[in-house]
Amino acid sequence: MYRRMSLLAALAAGLLAAPSLAQDKVKIGYAISKTGPNAGGASITQIPNYEMWVKDVNAKGGLMIGGKRVPVEVIEYDDRSNSEEAVRAVERLVTQDKVDFLFPPWGTGLNLAVGPVFNKYGYPQLTFSAVTDRAPELAKRWPNSFWLLGTSAQYVDALVSVMKKLRDEGKISANVAMISIADGFGIDLSNAARKGFEAAGFKLAYDKSYPIGTQDLSPLLGEAARSGADSFVAFSYPPDTLALTEQAKVASYAPKLMFLGVGVGFPMYPGRFGANAEGIMSLGGWSKDNASTQAYAKKHEEMFKRGPDRWGSQVGYSSLQMLEQAIEKVGKIDRPAIIKELQTGTFDTVLGKVKLVDNQMKDNFWLIGQWQDGFFVGVAPPRAGAANVVVPKPAWKP
Amino acid sequence: MLIEVLLSGVTLGGMYALVAMGLTLQYGVARIMNLSYGELLIAAAFAAMSFYGGFALNPLLGLLVVPLMAFVLSYAIYRYLMLPLVRRAPTRDALEVDSILATFGLLFVIQGVMLAIFGGAYYSYSYLAVPLKFLGATVAANRLLALVLAVVIGLGLYLGLTRTRLGTAVRAVAVDPVAAQLVAIDVRTASALAFALGGALVAAAGVLVSMFLTFNANLGVVFTLKALVVVIMGGVGNLLGALIAGLILGLVENSVAVFVDPGLTLAATYAIFLLVLLVRPQGLLGRSGR
Repeated sequence: MYRRMSLLAALAAGLLAAPSLAQDKVKIGYAISKTGPNAGGASITQIPNYEMWVKDVNAKGGLMIGGKRVPVEVIEYDDRSNSEEAVRAVERLVTQDKVDFLFPPWGTGLNLAVGPVFNKYGYPQLTFSAVTDRAPELAKRWPNSFWLLGTSAQYVDALVSVMKKLRDEGKISANVAMISIADGFGIDLSNAARKGFEAAGFKLAYDKSYPIGTQDLSPLLGEAARSGADSFVAFSYPPDTLALTEQAKVASYAPKLMFLGVGVGFPMYPGRFGANAEGIMSLGGWSKDNASTQAYAKKHEEMFKRGPDRWGSQVGYSSLQMLEQAIEKVGKIDRPAIIKELQTGTFDTVLGKVKLVDNQMKDNFWLIGQWQDGFFVGVAPPRAGAANVVVPKPAWKP
Repeated sequence: MLIEVLLSGVTLGGMYALVAMGLTLQYGVARIMNLSYGELLIAAAFAAMSFYGGFALNPLLGLLVVPLMAFVLSYAIYRYLMLPLVRRAPTRDALEVDSILATFGLLFVIQGVMLAIFGGAYYSYSYLAVPLKFLGATVAANRLLALVLAVVIGLGLYLGLTRTRLGTAVRAVAVDPVAAQLVAIDVRTASALAFALGGALVAAAGVLVSMFLTFNANLGVVFTLKALVVVIMGGVGNLLGALIAGLILGLVENSVAVFVDPGLTLAATYAIFLLVLLVRPQGLLGRSGR
């Protein structure tokens, strides 16, 4: 009995010592919402990027580490849209599965929840589906965390400056009707927007929030229409975004400017509304003249039979390219060095050259976009290639 | 404006009622507390969408085909999954507990199959999203259809249950399965029929809802919960009760959204629910006691 135990112990010790010698694969783990309320967003914006990147890297033979290609192996868990589950899964990936790198979960809430775990074990956390005003503070507290999709203030500032310009040109009035979902995203953005609109001299003629899972938004649209505002701004989730579009069309409610939340950039949106998507504004946006994002979209369509999300997807794929290039530049699984490289290096991504500032992207992607001629083109911030906003929104077609 | 609120409230309520009617049959008559109810609704929505996208089958025809499939499937579920529980359950309360556990498992099976086929992404398509003018207010045709169908099914089944021999037998089972056996009613067949009919109803609701709501494989529980509120509020097993309770909820939600604050719709729903439970614990049209 004793002998067997010591044999086992010796074996275990041998196993523990072995991997550092010959790295024959790179283990990557992630916990993501495959079920539960987050699954809708995760499976459109995030999971396809992970699968595509792994396929791309392994097609090349793997990551170039120490002069040879090392294939990537993936371990995936379902966090069931639950933060405790996500924390447990990430802990397990690190301590039991002993992964070399972690991919982040989906959404602001879960990324904040697993942040301390990533930090405790020193794994880079490149979030691209989290929007929080605490990003600068978090990047300081957890230097291993990167907040690539921006802050709510950034989006609101961009939207307000677009609208201010339109108002100064006399194209829209100073009255705005705003609705928002009573959940993290809606609360953050509507709070920022309330301040932003007021500071820019706009008046909120209607300003209400609605609970998650509201199945009929026509009362809100009716009130927004009666408020007489020229602009309608909704910080909504995908099911509501689609319902708002359809119910506005049915009610022939056509504000001069219509801004809706998450989902306008989803491939299903133009698919469902066709020409009626024209003029709708939302978060995100694409460059018309960027060949590499076009190629990325084409590859996405071939692999998943649907296009990418026109808000977070390209940022997501870029973040994976950044991690890949940082690993290859360092040339070994040395996470502190890789984090340092991510903070300071310049990377070649589908978005173009990216250099992070304080662990965040600066002017690398569009904050506000608008459907114009069947393309969700970026209109703000004012970077090269920004399209002019089309107002008034074209009338609804039957 | 008042008419607009009334109209939108009634159509929303009609949808709630439609969603709840199947559950009231399954729970009230067959005594199966079906927790996988909402998943079946979503499965029907996926089926309608696939038929529409894949075979260009009009969702209105889907409204005939999908419930028929759901009827057969639900009958099979009752026959092979629930009947063993019915046989071994010493009391009706024990059956309720067993059925909750069994259908909780079934929930994950159906959800897993849908996730495997469709993934977790959102789906939607557009059908009959045309405006209809009604007393100066506008309503979408697909939502109005849900209301009309809820009223037709609610009244039709109510009459069927109260005016026909088979319906009377089904009601007898709901009231007292033991005594029903004494007067030569085949309790198991009546229960199986009620369960399968409930399945067909929820499928019809799923097809209709798919025309105007965006759904994904994880949304089932939302509908199970709403249906449960309506069923308990209307009186378990009472179709007319479900219809009335659904309409009340729809009207209250949309009036609160317009006249008070859209943020308080959920609170209003549960306040009404609580009130009904306090004043009439057996539900609006429910019979007291067992």
